Amino acid sequence: MNQIDYTDTYPKWRKEMKSTHKILIPDMLPYHFALFEVALKQEGYTVETLKNTSRTVIDEGLKHVHNDTCYPCLCVVGQYIDALKSGKYDLDKTALLITQTGGGCRASNYLALTRKAIHSEFPNVPLLSLNFSGLEKDSSLPMSPRLLMKLAFCVVYGDTIMWCYNQIKPYEAVDGQTDKARDEAVKLVSERFRTGKYKNYKKINKQIIDIFAAIERKKIDKIKVGIVGEIYVKYSALGNNNLEKMLLSEGCEPIVPTLLDFVLYTVLAKVNDARMYGTNKFGGWVYKIVYNKLHKMQLKINQMFIDASLTPPHDMDHLRKCADEVINQGVKMGEGWLIPAEMAALYESGVPNIVCAQPFGCLPNHIVGKGTIRTLKKLHPDINIVAIDYDPSASSVNQENRIKLMLSAAREVDISA
Amino acid sequence: MTKLLGVDIGSTTVKATVIDDGQITYSSYVRHYAKVKETVLAELEKINSLFGGDYRVAFTGSAGMGFAQRSGIAFVQEVQAAYIAIRKFYPDADAMVELGGEDAKIIFITGGAEQRMNGSCAGGTGAFIDQMASLLNITVGEMDEYALRAQKVYPIASRCGVFAKSDIQPLINQGASKEDIAASIFQAVVDQTVSGLAQGRKIQGKVLFLGGPLYFFKSLRNAFAKTLKLSEENAIFPDDAPRFMSIGAALFAHNVEAESLDELIARIRVAKTGDGVIKGKPLFASEAEYEEFKKRHRSADLATADINTYTGECFIGIDSGSTTTKLAAITTDCKLLWSCYQENNGQPLDITIKRLKEFYALCGGRVTIAGCAVTGYGEDLIKSAIKADFGIVETVAHFKAALFFNPNVDFIIDIGGQDMKCFKIRNGAIDGIMLNEACSSGCGSFIQTFAKAMGMEIAEFAKVGLFAKNPVELGSRCTVFMNSSVKHAQKEGAGIDDISAGLSSSIVKNAIYKVIRTDPEKLGQNIVVQGGTFLNDAVLRAFEMETGKHVIRPGIAGLMGAFGAALYAKENIRGASTTMTEAELNEFTYTSKSSMCRGCTSNCNINIVSFNGGRNYISGNKCERGAGLKPVDGGLDIYAYKQERLLSCVKGGGTKGKVGLPMQLLMYEQLPIWATFFNELGFEVIVSEKSSRSLYFKGQHTVASDTVCYPAKLIHGHVESLLDSGVDFIFLPCESYNLDEKHSTNHYNCPIVAYYPELLKANNDRLSDNFVMPYIDLNERENAVKTLTNVLKKYKVSHRSVKKALDKGFESFKAYHEDVRKKGEEIMDRAQKEGKQIIVLAGRPYHLDNEINHGINKLLTSLDVAVLSEDSVFEKSDPVKVNVLNQWTYHARLYRAANFVAKQKNMNLVQLVSFGCGLDAITTDEVRSIMEKNGKLYTQIKIDEINNSGVVKIRLRSMLAAVEANK
Repeated sequence: MNQIDYTDTYPKWRKEMKSTHKILIPDMLPYHFALFEVALKQEGYTVETLKNTSRTVIDEGLKHVHNDTCYPCLCVVGQYIDALKSGKYDLDKTALLITQTGGGCRASNYLALTRKAIHSEFPNVPLLSLNFSGLEKDSSLPMSPRLLMKLAFCVVYGDTIMWCYNQIKPYEAVDGQTDKARDEAVKLVSERFRTGKYKNYKKINKQIIDIFAAIERKKIDKIKVGIVGEIYVKYSALGNNNLEKMLLSEGCEPIVPTLLDFVLYTVLAKVNDARMYGTNKFGGWVYKIVYNKLHKMQLKINQMFIDASLTPPHDMDHLRKCADEVINQGVKMGEGWLIPAEMAALYESGVPNIVCAQPFGCLPNHIVGKGTIRTLKKLHPDINIVAIDYDPSASSVNQENRIKLMLSAAREVDISA
Repeated sequence: MTKLLGVDIGSTTVKATVIDDGQITYSSYVRHYAKVKETVLAELEKINSLFGGDYRVAFTGSAGMGFAQRSGIAFVQEVQAAYIAIRKFYPDADAMVELGGEDAKIIFITGGAEQRMNGSCAGGTGAFIDQMASLLNITVGEMDEYALRAQKVYPIASRCGVFAKSDIQPLINQGASKEDIAASIFQAVVDQTVSGLAQGRKIQGKVLFLGGPLYFFKSLRNAFAKTLKLSEENAIFPDDAPRFMSIGAALFAHNVEAESLDELIARIRVAKTGDGVIKGKPLFASEAEYEEFKKRHRSADLATADINTYTGECFIGIDSGSTTTKLAAITTDCKLLWSCYQENNGQPLDITIKRLKEFYALCGGRVTIAGCAVTGYGEDLIKSAIKADFGIVETVAHFKAALFFNPNVDFIIDIGGQDMKCFKIRNGAIDGIMLNEACSSGCGSFIQTFAKAMGMEIAEFAKVGLFAKNPVELGSRCTVFMNSSVKHAQKEGAGIDDISAGLSSSIVKNAIYKVIRTDPEKLGQNIVVQGGTFLNDAVLRAFEMETGKHVIRPGIAGLMGAFGAALYAKENIRGASTTMTEAELNEFTYTSKSSMCRGCTSNCNINIVSFNGGRNYISGNKCERGAGLKPVDGGLDIYAYKQERLLSCVKGGGTKGKVGLPMQLLMYEQLPIWATFFNELGFEVIVSEKSSRSLYFKGQHTVASDTVCYPAKLIHGHVESLLDSGVDFIFLPCESYNLDEKHSTNHYNCPIVAYYPELLKANNDRLSDNFVMPYIDLNERENAVKTLTNVLKKYKVSHRSVKKALDKGFESFKAYHEDVRKKGEEIMDRAQKEGKQIIVLAGRPYHLDNEINHGINKLLTSLDVAVLSEDSVFEKSDPVKVNVLNQWTYHARLYRAANFVAKQKNMNLVQLVSFGCGLDAITTDEVRSIMEKNGKLYTQIKIDEINNSGVVKIRLRSMLAAVEANK
């Protein structure tokens, strides 16, 4: 059939730009992107993760993105435009990179929306897609097997660093020790990336964990608060108004489930499609093998945490079981069933206090976030969840006040227990 | 023992309590008018001078949070504070309900302690009550008294002030009594609390009611007690309710270190203003700059003529708006002879008549009305009452007026009290029209309401903002958000001047970035701004600063609609004017009565106005039947056809059991499949009742997320109705994938359509095994048969019979779409033969529901155009490649339909978009670009639970006028 083409022309990424262009990356997952940046640099790219977070970032986002588009897209576009306008970059030698998942949620369209927004003001700046679904073939970050492998390990090591950091930071005896350890761990991984000896995850994870475990800690009890939700506002401080910091300053230990969970969740989507609908059975079988392999690895890493007397993250098989009590695994758009699964798992591991973070009007979260709270409450009457909407205009006072309410309920239980 | 002091700083008030030896020795309640710091200091000094000594101190309240932090004072969250106080003074309470200025809270104490607060997008609070009282033009105290004498209660949405306003305005216009409206408002607050906050959990036992509104308004207390069915001893309204949180804070302070108040006061004094507020540029750096600005704008004043001496002809323009009526009379050389601008108070006709009489009196027989045109919401009524010569669309009137001030005008923006309109002009005709939507209001009336809350007149309030040094950044979305931004700014110590200036620039940003949605650069070179709100110099200045352009603001900015209408009359009158003479006007009388139209099953509330001399005017009707005319032939309306054809898929009978199909979301597409499927298997198929407002209310208590789209909210009511009708089970599948129509990269459903059954089941106690929601992919037919056989095994259906039934279902589905296509062609042919315009009303399958589309199809046929739908035409176009990822089946249809329409003569497209639809944030821009790349107009109508057919009608008429002009 004919196709009528309404696409606009936009600058594309060309191979030779690798040597001339600087690639800007939005600040989405601070722990993981720090490693990612290193990996790209070692591949010969010039890259910079954007750290601009002033109000103008949000204002630029508001100006350039549709009112009803979700907040993460607005933050990302805002960061790009604010940076491009700053005068710090040569506009003929700058490119932008954005991730793309290809799921049934509108997040798959961030790329197109970003391109439109950028193109209107910066016609020469190409936008690269980072995806693993074969989208945007003419404008994707070229994926060598080596880079792909490194990216996979960015997830693993980023998770380990984040998990250790969050668990140690609230208790550090000397201020700043944990941050130092974090820098050291990043250095360790970069060195391994450089020398090519980065695949021995058992050894490297152990080293990372050891760095953190050596930190002297105070023996005090803190209230543990889980953070779940839409992936951007869950991890990005720009998206969630510094939620982790706020919790730390309130004397809590923030618990942020790992990115590997999300990766495994997207792998499982293919496995589940084959199982539930008979779609692409062969693909389902392949993904099942991938899943099993990764899950095995996850279990081994978790054991390392236990060996170092740290609390391990949840493992995916366990999360699936948790999900089954609340929602069907067929719910696979956005963060889908993973959100209620994480909430249930957090509760089971002694963390009943949870912030469920989502962009205002997030479509899947109507169902998997707010929509499941009632079921979770029925299962666990003392689970203490607060759903927080993030939005360019929602005042932080409003959000803080609701989080504080959740915390006071948590303290209440803590005292009486 | 050291004294305990608790201070509760809320959004509007400061409350303080001193407890000495277990006794409350002092307590106060003061409004702070945004001067938080000053008010708190005054209170503390008063307490210090009264009692002296050391205190253990704790703060609470939304505005107390940052304040306490910066001054190094203990803080307790306010709900927690209440909880502490309750356990001390009311140990046997089971629950607490507290309404504050902008918050609503519930604590469940027994049966699983739980504390809840309203979300960020929820009304039903004190601020809401204030807003409604000002809408009714009475004090809140009067509203309370009125409500006590009420006879009946109307359903009103209280989710947000903007929504409620749209419910109340028609009630006022229909002449409902203030008593009944007042009671309805209080009932709405109760419903919002019970459904929105408790969400199905019962508020029972001994219930404590706290907070200002519940303390002050007897009607509200009655409504709560009645709705919750509480006996007198179980509904407790403590005398110290307004100060309750401060008592809790004082109790909380018992383990805070004691100190002298002198020390505390000193600390507060030096505490820095928070750095959490973003500051903007001052509007004017100096008085001189302001003078210069005023001088520049004075040049756009209109020349006037003296009515006391003028002799000759004049032309009258009347702009009968939703809240105000504007009249203007101009001379033959376009000088302004006379004008007036007045609130309607729901009586636009009375006011127009009265003013016209005054006009005639002033003229003293020297002036004759040579022509008269009416525009605005009240156009039809006023035109027929005074026998005016013309009725014109609002946008046309505004355009006419703007042209007068700048013949090269290419952009017009009008911000009124309640609405905002912008239009682009291209080739001397209106090209694109943008109106504000329900949730991005923040128009002029917001400044007014806020000025009132600050105890100031609007003019004075605007003036203080002109020279503010540090205007605060308040964000730009709906008023609820702005309220909390203001709250935040106050907390951070911003003054009234900074807030006033901040509000002005918020309104401007709202207009530019939300309604027009463009880079200021692209607005145009010749901008005319108008509407009452621009008479406020602060807003005008903010607009010029944000756009970086000098604009024209006519001195008669508030009268432009009327002025434009007068110009129109002057240019178009042929022969003598039919407008009532002075004598006729003096004899004019009318009566009005409301009634229900029986023309069809819609049962529209209509209003019949009878003028003397036997003329009638009917309003409120959605079609011609209501007006007593012969109905337009439905043969040209595919929506009407589809509605009937869809339901005809359901056959009666069946013995296997009763299956209920909720007629919403996915079922609007797949009813032919499922109805036939179950019929074939021998089930009796029950389709849920027709959607309506009351059906929505029926399911409201199970809605888990109040920002989800209206179709999703409505389905809760459909489920309830099916449960009430005694079906054996309800069937609604979960489908990640829609049918693959082979024209897009993927073929997903939207997340809501795909998984909403999960939410329904999780939030409705009546649903369990009686709710069948299999996960199926209809593209994998064999697999679907297996799944269906499995979920229906209780009814002993064989794999073979399921397969056969599903095949039949698909046949029926195919036949349905075939018929829709054929009907589409038939309508196209007929319209072409009769020379009629065709509008493709494009949306989702469920936009077929009249409760969702609010009868827009009928409105269109009444404007003499033929109506098609996206699914009747999309196959006439090849697939379309767009900039975005084309991965949803319904969207791919939209793009193809748009491409088809764009290439047809006499055919245009109107896109229906449900409020809160995240996916349409993406499709609308693409559809627009398809239309515009083909040189066609793009029109979008956002729809939600509000039925505001007035606005929709203006927009459609403007579009048709533009189509006509562009021919």
